[in-house]
Amino acid sequence: MAETPSGLGALYERSLDCVHCGLCLSSCPTYVETGREASSPRGRIYLARGVAEGRISLGGVASEEFYACLGCRACETACPSGVRYGELLEEARAAVEREDARTGPARGIEWFALRRIVPHPVVLRAFVNLLGLAQRLRLDRLALPFLPAALRERHRLLPSVPSRLERRPLPPRIRAEGEPRGRVALLEGCVMPEFFGATNRATARVLARNGYDVVVPEAQGCCGALQAHAGDADTARSLLDRNCRAFLDAEVDAVVVNSAGCGAHLRGAGHWLPGEGDDLAERVRDIAEFLVEAGFRAPTGRIEARVCYDDPCHLLHGQGVKDAPRRLLESIPGVELIEHADAAACCGAAGIYNLTHPEMSQAVLARKLDALSAADPDIIATGNPGCLMQLAKGAAERGLRARVVHPIELLEEAYR
Amino acid sequence: MSGLVDALTAIVGAEGCLSRADEVFPYECDGLSLHAATPGAVVFPRDTSDVVRIVRACAEHGRSFVPRGAGTGLSGGALACDEAVVIECSRMNRVLEVNPEARWARVQPGLVNADLSRAVATHGLFYAPDPSSQLACTIGGNVAENSGGPHTLKYGTTTDHVLGLELVLSSGEVVRLGSACGVAPGYDLVGAVVGSEGTLGVVTEVTVNLEPIPEAIATLLGIFGDVVSACRAVGEIIRSGLVPAALEIMDRRTIEAVEASVYAAGLPRDAGAVLLIELDGPPPALERQRERIRAIAMAQGASRVDVARDADERERFWAARKGAFGAMGRLGPDLYVHDAVVPRAKLPEVIARVCEIGDRYGLKLSNVFHAGDGNLHPNISFDRRNPDELDRVLAAGDEILRTCVDAGGVITGEHGVGTEKRDFMELIFSEADFGAMKRLRRAFDPEQRSNPGKIFPSTRFCTEANPKARGYDRVPLREGEP
Ligand SMILES: Cc1cc2nc3c(=O)[nH]c(=O)nc-3n(C[C@H](O)[C@H](O)[C@H](O)COP(=O)(O)OP(=O)(O)OC[C@H]3O[C@@H](n4cnc5c(N)ncnc54)[C@H](O)[C@@H]3O)c2cc1C
Ligand code: SF4
Ligand code: SF4
Repeated sequence: MAETPSGLGALYERSLDCVHCGLCLSSCPTYVETGREASSPRGRIYLARGVAEGRISLGGVASEEFYACLGCRACETACPSGVRYGELLEEARAAVEREDARTGPARGIEWFALRRIVPHPVVLRAFVNLLGLAQRLRLDRLALPFLPAALRERHRLLPSVPSRLERRPLPPRIRAEGEPRGRVALLEGCVMPEFFGATNRATARVLARNGYDVVVPEAQGCCGALQAHAGDADTARSLLDRNCRAFLDAEVDAVVVNSAGCGAHLRGAGHWLPGEGDDLAERVRDIAEFLVEAGFRAPTGRIEARVCYDDPCHLLHGQGVKDAPRRLLESIPGVELIEHADAAACCGAAGIYNLTHPEMSQAVLARKLDALSAADPDIIATGNPGCLMQLAKGAAERGLRARVVHPIELLEEAYR
Repeated sequence: MSGLVDALTAIVGAEGCLSRADEVFPYECDGLSLHAATPGAVVFPRDTSDVVRIVRACAEHGRSFVPRGAGTGLSGGALACDEAVVIECSRMNRVLEVNPEARWARVQPGLVNADLSRAVATHGLFYAPDPSSQLACTIGGNVAENSGGPHTLKYGTTTDHVLGLELVLSSGEVVRLGSACGVAPGYDLVGAVVGSEGTLGVVTEVTVNLEPIPEAIATLLGIFGDVVSACRAVGEIIRSGLVPAALEIMDRRTIEAVEASVYAAGLPRDAGAVLLIELDGPPPALERQRERIRAIAMAQGASRVDVARDADERERFWAARKGAFGAMGRLGPDLYVHDAVVPRAKLPEVIARVCEIGDRYGLKLSNVFHAGDGNLHPNISFDRRNPDELDRVLAAGDEILRTCVDAGGVITGEHGVGTEKRDFMELIFSEADFGAMKRLRRAFDPEQRSNPGKIFPSTRFCTEANPKARGYDRVPLREGEP
């Protein structure tokens, strides 16, 4: 019998919500791919319960599976029993970190990226600058033959860095056009300004166009979602704490988020910081959801295109937002919205999963690309930075003609 | 064991063979988590020839094996008694051939039930047996359990839809039974294998017939004050000569659980029971039938009968019905799903007894069931770590089954016997009956190495499957509780 690690009460509680019915199995990308019970939601929950009851050890299959999970939460949407799988997974990973029960290269990559780079804007910026420089000078290609095979493959997965102009920060305040309807704050994010500055600016402009004063609190920072998902509870809590103060001080009607992963995490802030976190969570809205709820100006510019919308997991499963982005897209004259067969499934990006588990990530992506290639759209729209990068890379490599954009950028284009 | 593991690894590769304690741990149970047994190994074949080699390796090492699909079975059928090797069919999940003219499909056993209907929808066809677990359960599991579903009332169970089978016997021989055209001379061995719970060999290919998607569908929801009057309405509907595609009842506790879940469909929470009625066929006929059913339901005390407005609402009703078992997980950490059949005429009386039994034992018992077939599913939510509650659950279950048998019914309608009900088999079969069954079994599997410890009353096998022997009381209740 294995030794039970202490402090597993919350993990155990979550695991008891599962009645082992199996209805979640086919919604799980890693189960569909492997057919392995341990790689299914039900199996992972069973492993968690087994660890908490001291029947199996935390190292080995349990910790491997807690990290081989995409954290896409499709299982939550499928589960009639109301299992809070996302929380269970964070608890499980936090336990693995506490007990130091994990080994392997994935751990090193995660630790380095999530503690040393992402939470620190200056370091992140320097890292992205360096990466951009290397990409422009093609140094990366030159260095490739000298890298170990595993790194070479992973290098291919890093996004290309946009120009400095695109990476300029947002001004602290963007005034509403016309009579203001309200005041909202915008979460800039950590990775978003570095790789998707244009999306952030489009978001601010669309909000202003719709009569909102937009503030971009300077005190905000990385939301901590990736750290929470990776089991780094302390970093996650301190990042959330900073954001709670930044956004609650800003005294706004809503905190608008254009990155699904950040939105889902902020909506669960109460789990990490009861009280303040709940206050923040209450105000968080995804941009598409916010606009559709508030009523938005119908765009008049035409975009003649067949558009496939692809649901980010943390919008669909994490926040239950399915229709709003589709309503935005449909409102654009000339846009023909077409559904593809795999819209609700994960694309395999899953934070930095594509770097830590490249094989599974690529297998999951391949299914999605099959469906997209059958639908053959002009544009693929999705609202999360990780998914945007993953789909852009994937579509290019598959030779799809579609460009990949955030829905808000199309709306902004149609406002011009 | 290690010699066998090496042999298995040579067949399916290291990635396709699990044998470490924590690797096989998640395979210790199926949908009935009260019974558990640890497998010796778990292997993932990709095709028939893999299965043949696996079965031969087991034979050489004198080891038993257990075919497994998605592990949604509710009677412990996929339990690996005797440290058997689990032959997990999840990677044998291809549609091999579809013949839209003759309306059949040939598939591998690990194909998920719902994926089959999805795959043939472009031909205007569907696979009729639709267990509530259809999003997860496999065709192989369906064949082994002779699974039914809400639409069994009109379309029959799995056995009415299987035309042919390929079966690997425990000797490694491959036999083909039945034929795609639906007639095969001689013994109906397809009929024998369907419902055999994996005890005759591993099914490696299934040829099923497909149905044309109906022209039109009407879904009605009768709202009743109590479950007994809903049962009476079912009796009257059948007596009137109508043949609905489905007649399903959900009681108040079920409605509450479903409405709190992701599958909430706007069912009235204040109703004592709802009766979900589905009609299919040509539109003009549906119109008339709908009115007749409405009249019957109202006469039996329905407060109103709603009609699903569109396909969306219909799907929501069905998702609610099919998510009902899982939703019951909200009422307690564990769920015991019972399954028994009674003659339809006895339904009102038996359901009242069942509710009384649940109350008497102080249990959270809810009912969601295929009323049209007289197939009851009393579900008991509980906490296995509470030994006193577990005792009451088991005693109540025992009494419920006996009540059904006394009413002229049988101990399972569709979930099978497995390890769960083998000791109840004696309630309905004699020694002579068992003798005939055992001789049939030995004709396929002389050494009884294919899924041992199932169906027949307890032997030396699988004592660990007994929930009381597992000592759940070792495990603490919630933190802080005594
Ligand atoms: C929420 C829920 C709802 C359900 N609803 C219904 C319902 O409406 N109707 C119904 O009938 N059942 C229902 N069930 C029970 C269960 O889903 C069925 O029995 C199903 O057919 C099991 O399929 P599986 O793939 O999960 O099989 P498993 O559970 O893996 O195995 C079941 C049995 O089949 C055998 N088996 C599996 N594959 C093969 C093979 N290739 N060759 C030989 N034997 C094999 C196994 O040995 C075992 O004995 C439900 C279960 C759940 C959890
Ligand atoms: S979060 Fe996604 S990958 Fe993980 S268990 Fe749930 S469905 Fe599977
Ligand atoms: S659907 Fe929910 S209750 Fe059922 S097995 Fe999956 S997680 Fe557990």
